[in-house]
Amino acid sequence: MNIEAIKSIYFFEMARTRRTLLQSVVSPVISTSLYFIVFGAAIGGRIQEIDGVSYGAFITPGLMMLTLLTQCIGNGSFGIYFPKFTGTIYEVLSSPVSMVEIVLGYVGAAATKGLMIGTIILLTASLFVDLTIAHPFVMVFFFVLTAISFSLFGFIIGIWAKDFEQLNLIPMLVIPPLVFLGGSFYSVKMLPPFWQAVSHFNPVLYLISGFRWSFFEVSDVNPIFSAVIILAFLTICMSVLAWIFRTGYRLRN
Amino acid sequence: MAPIVSVSNLSKTYASGFKALKGVSLDIEQGEILALLGPNGAGKTTLISIICGIVNPSGGTVTVGGHDVVRDFRETRAMIGLVPQELTTDAFETVWNTVTFSRGLHGKKPNPAHIEKVLKDLSLWDKKDNMLRELSGGMKRRVLIAKALSHEPRVLFLDEPTAGVDVNLRKSMWDVVEKLRASGVTIILTTHYIEEAEEIADRIGVINGGEILLVEDKAALMSKLGRKQLRVDLAHPLDDVPDVLSSYNLTLEGDGHCLIYDYDTSAERTGITTLLAALAEAGIRLKDISTRQSSLEDIFVEIVGAGR
Repeated sequence: MNIEAIKSIYFFEMARTRRTLLQSVVSPVISTSLYFIVFGAAIGGRIQEIDGVSYGAFITPGLMMLTLLTQCIGNGSFGIYFPKFTGTIYEVLSSPVSMVEIVLGYVGAAATKGLMIGTIILLTASLFVDLTIAHPFVMVFFFVLTAISFSLFGFIIGIWAKDFEQLNLIPMLVIPPLVFLGGSFYSVKMLPPFWQAVSHFNPVLYLISGFRWSFFEVSDVNPIFSAVIILAFLTICMSVLAWIFRTGYRLRN
Repeated sequence: MAPIVSVSNLSKTYASGFKALKGVSLDIEQGEILALLGPNGAGKTTLISIICGIVNPSGGTVTVGGHDVVRDFRETRAMIGLVPQELTTDAFETVWNTVTFSRGLHGKKPNPAHIEKVLKDLSLWDKKDNMLRELSGGMKRRVLIAKALSHEPRVLFLDEPTAGVDVNLRKSMWDVVEKLRASGVTIILTTHYIEEAEEIADRIGVINGGEILLVEDKAALMSKLGRKQLRVDLAHPLDDVPDVLSSYNLTLEGDGHCLIYDYDTSAERTGITTLLAALAEAGIRLKDISTRQSSLEDIFVEIVGAGR
């Protein structure tokens, strides 16, 4: 195992986070605060509680997931796409580094950044609402596995994307609707039966629901299902990556 | 001694169906400077890219230091430094960070003293804290060389290293190459500037259309394929080469003002003395005589032209 190389890629990527600190850290804090003002204060005035949880606290896990998913996909995809775009990928491909090590470096950095920002949002949220975490280990389980699997997903998008439009397609057009319609700001039980049924085809619902259960022990679906879904997604991403490595798809001609 | 790089029957067909390499075989000896010459699209970069691991081969094998480049990629890539043709750099990184990153990527522990030496050798030391986007093209080229040298490679590939580089920088770059060779590093370079190859290479390989046309010791190549020409400027123009001189295969140029005689310096007799005597005997008055050695460029054009 080329530990030096993994460290080099990881810290090289983390250095970019430091350079773009304002955009990376301050902007999620501001947007979270805005969500709390709009949803928590304005709408929360009308919806007092959902399943016995105050509305402001109820939306916190959803907000964390929204940011975690967007950040991890964004960082995971950009980290590998940018060297492809500038051409500096030649160096990674010609070094004594296995594909697993490349992934550990890039995806490790993307997941770390996602987790850092998720934690910042949790801390910001705790300034607005009273938060208790009923099952901290389960919370960390969902938090970390979601960060890793969506960073892997982003990495795959970064390898697949041929231009910036493709790079932004999924994070901008697919993820936000899935997160918003996945019960970030409401319980799907509040929807008419038809839309409740449709919502169950949205994988993000399971993530948010499981994550929320770890906080408040309330959920739209059984948390075991949520754990199965996230583990299944992780397995799918790893299988796709294994295929990419075997074939050299869009990396080695 | 076993060759440091051994390419055997290597072929590459891209997904588009383009055959970039057609059964290339080539041995590169330890410590030599090999110049690979060839027109655009000849397959030079594909060959280098396969050896370095950037492109997967379609067939054949490559070994570096006795290790297979696909199976034992860790061993081979750790030995190789690559300076690519394109000026690809991380615009927002500093010179120091990007060179240090390259060393780590090759599995080497940090060694600031080595990085400092490399940067000083390439006159980059005072730029070490500059971001790459602030550097000129020539400076960026040097940074790419510094990155390739950061992990102390045994084999260095320079793909068109002097494209767009000014004369001074080119000279200092060749000084670095000379030093590396003296320390035992094997250097493979591709270039469009044939005079460069003529100046610094030990051996010349000519590649065209995905095939190696020849690999030869430079001096041997020059003497084998290089010809000399004697140019005789005449006081009075001639309409035709006189019959008495027909055995010399002379050609008339410059509206009859100049006779050209091709000869071989390695032959027992060059025929120059008898030609000059024959000219005097035929009553042809001379204004001037000069000789010209064909350059590597002439040889290259001839080989590539014949291969077409």
